[in-house]
Amino acid sequence: MSSTYFSAYVAVISARYRGLLQYRAAAFAGFVTQLFWGCIKIMIMFAFFAASDEPQPMSIVEVVSYIWLGQAMLGMLPWSIDKDIEAMIRSGDVSYELVRPLDLYTFWFCRTIALRTATTTLRAIPMVIFAMIGLPLVGAVDWALLPPADLITFLAFVISLGCALMLACAFTMLMHVVLVWTISGEGLNRFIPAIVNVFSGMIVPLPLFPDWMQGFLEWQPFRGLVDVPFRIYTGNIPLGSAAPDVALQLLWAAVFIWLGRRMLTGSMRRMVVQGG
Amino acid sequence: MAQIIVEGLSKFFQVAERRPGLWGAVSGLLRRDHRSVAALQDVSFEINAGELVGYIGPNGAGKSTTIKILSGILVPTAGRCEVRGRVPWLERHQHVADIGVVFGQRSQLWWDLPVMESFDLLRDIYRVPASEYRDTRDQLIAEMSIEPLLATPVRQLSLGQRMRCDLVASLLHCPSILFLDEPTIGLDAVSRLALRHFIRRINRERGTTIILTTHDMDDIEALCERVIVIGRGTILSDGPLAGLREQLDPERRMKVELVNDERFDVEHARVISREGTMLQLSFDPRRITTPELIRRISESHEVRDLLVEYPPIEELIAKLYADSADSKPAVIEPSA
Amino acid sequence: MDSTRSPEGARGGFAENVALYGRYISISIMSQMQYKLSFLLAVVSQLLVTSLGVLGIWVMFSRFGSLGGWGLHEVLVFYGLVNVAFAIADALATGFDRFGSEYIRQGGFDRLLLRPRSVSLQLLGHELALRRLGGFTQGLIVLTWGLGHLDVPFDPATLLFTLYIIGCAVCLFLAIFILQATLSFWTVESIELMNTMTYGGVEASQYPMSIYEPWFRHFFTFVVPLACVTYFPVLVLLGRDDPVGTSRWFQMLCPLAGPIFLMVSIQVFERLGVRYYTSTGS
Repeated sequence: MSSTYFSAYVAVISARYRGLLQYRAAAFAGFVTQLFWGCIKIMIMFAFFAASDEPQPMSIVEVVSYIWLGQAMLGMLPWSIDKDIEAMIRSGDVSYELVRPLDLYTFWFCRTIALRTATTTLRAIPMVIFAMIGLPLVGAVDWALLPPADLITFLAFVISLGCALMLACAFTMLMHVVLVWTISGEGLNRFIPAIVNVFSGMIVPLPLFPDWMQGFLEWQPFRGLVDVPFRIYTGNIPLGSAAPDVALQLLWAAVFIWLGRRMLTGSMRRMVVQGG
Repeated sequence: MAQIIVEGLSKFFQVAERRPGLWGAVSGLLRRDHRSVAALQDVSFEINAGELVGYIGPNGAGKSTTIKILSGILVPTAGRCEVRGRVPWLERHQHVADIGVVFGQRSQLWWDLPVMESFDLLRDIYRVPASEYRDTRDQLIAEMSIEPLLATPVRQLSLGQRMRCDLVASLLHCPSILFLDEPTIGLDAVSRLALRHFIRRINRERGTTIILTTHDMDDIEALCERVIVIGRGTILSDGPLAGLREQLDPERRMKVELVNDERFDVEHARVISREGTMLQLSFDPRRITTPELIRRISESHEVRDLLVEYPPIEELIAKLYADSADSKPAVIEPSA
Repeated sequence: MDSTRSPEGARGGFAENVALYGRYISISIMSQMQYKLSFLLAVVSQLLVTSLGVLGIWVMFSRFGSLGGWGLHEVLVFYGLVNVAFAIADALATGFDRFGSEYIRQGGFDRLLLRPRSVSLQLLGHELALRRLGGFTQGLIVLTWGLGHLDVPFDPATLLFTLYIIGCAVCLFLAIFILQATLSFWTVESIELMNTMTYGGVEASQYPMSIYEPWFRHFFTFVVPLACVTYFPVLVLLGRDDPVGTSRWFQMLCPLAGPIFLMVSIQVFERLGVRYYTSTGS
């Protein structure tokens, strides 16, 4: 049984790897584009930080590392859905999936993990290497991605990143399920990425938002995607107080999984009744 | 004078070679090997105004390369090509204003637009004067009986309906030459017949020169007096369909049904197969004429029924390809 | 039967081409109106998406107060202007934007070559993407909001000059789209690299160029002259001197780089690109 889910994961991830390796020029172009965007973001941040001497909730050094991590992990954010699953839902073939002796939610979840990890690993590794080693070599020391303070910080970051992946997949699954629920979920899926972008801290790191918004920002789910793991990496969240934040990531992932399962079961039941 | 002159036309393509394996993929990043592949080699023919010519050959034989060169959207590597005194690719704009091209696989109509809107847009694109346009359009619509389809968006048409509309669209500017690339592909029998009828009519009544590529040998048999066969980039045969038969398979077939189940022996008639009283004969009309053979058979046997026919054209073409494969090596040469 | 027409040459007169473009556009609008719901969804979602971009700028200003000597409303003028121009260019250039996928890969380009009209005109006529109305509206609101809070006189001269900047910027973005399409004659894989010029360029020129490193500023001045159609003329509009020290004359005339770039890119597309295509036929 579990081997079925695992093979779903392997099938997707190897197809993606093959695709990316086949279109090497496209992969390279993507890398250069991300690099360029990272440079723009960093220059804008430098200019803003130069304007003010006051101590900020995040230092410019932290912000630079944070930006590079963001450029590297871009593919992990839940702003796209699995094209195969989408096609299956649109064509109505999804009802055939019910015939299979497996749990549809878990099956799709495995595919989603593959979708999120395949692009990310291939793009993240060259980006991290370049930002950490390449940039200091060409003399741009201020622009470089700094390594984490110590091994424990790094381990905490890896754990938190794993939780972020779960959260991202759980949320992507919601986007899939919304499509089953109603095709006009398509409209919803169009601007959800923009909301994720802002509230995960991808556009502007969340600590830089106005103080009066912090109470809300601390608790909302998208924080677990970017803000928590990246700030643990840079040390902006000290190791001592990282645990509650990771717990928050897991909590939201659990909520999304619970919600997604319920909605999927509900809509499947409806589909069986309607025979469609 | 010939309307289309093609002389010694050749076209070579550079094809990048991917080497197999991981090492091949990595080294492919740095250096790609190219080889030159001949799509056409020394092709020559002439077509007169008003001809309806079938241009046939297997996939990859060079059919579409020829059509592309003749329609001005591909420049040949060597050779001469003139259509109505113009070199198509040098004076592309003037040239394409005077030809019509229909691809069976791809519509030239606008997907979301009602058919009539597409027609009107084509009038503007081809700058057809208003009164001339109205006459031509109405005439074509009537001939092709697409009146009921005019308000329908193209995406809602069936393939047969779409094909008829596409044909009309390609004739709105009264081209003197019409290229039809697999126009009957995927059509049902009825639409196919209607389309053939229409194609013949355009050719006869408008005097439009038509060059037809097709896989459907029935199209050729029904429409074309002349057939050019191409294979591996060279012309294998050019001439009337009857000539092609004579060159390749001069034999005729005769089906004879005898009254009695008896021994059959007539000079010049070879028995291919026999099932009781049903016989399949083959004979060479150069040695014995059909009436003479019939006379001889009737003299020596009691015949219930008799039918003379050609061997099916598919067999001819297949034979032609087989011959060419034996005699000519593939034209591929390495280059830097 | 002879049907050789238009002795003035197949390219035709300017007015005639404009008329044909008008036909294309009215048809494109008709087709899009067949899918009203999807159109509305696209406009609204784009409005929301781009508005969240402004939120980011506002957040940074609320934290830091100013940006290299520039205030929030000045940056909003840059932001609004670039986004208005990009939305217009994006709406016009759908045919070029999808050139690689729809015309080269699927072979639709042959059909364009088989018609006796300029290929560029036919591609421009591919579609006027009304869904870009979302980004356009949002940019326009931000632009007027920014200008309204600054000491810029609201008179015909301001209006004309703003239109001049937008027109030149539209030309430049169009030129980039056309160059991107030209590239796809050779490769369809590297298109994302050109997105650096378009989307990356939009992102960069939403802020005054003076805040960037010299190499970056020079790239967007001399290689891809985005600064010439946004940053420098906006200085004139805002009545500010350039921290980098360019003259007023330069700032007023440099937007013409946009139309010049456009003319060059059309030539490159129609000459080099089409010639390459007709020799390979791939």
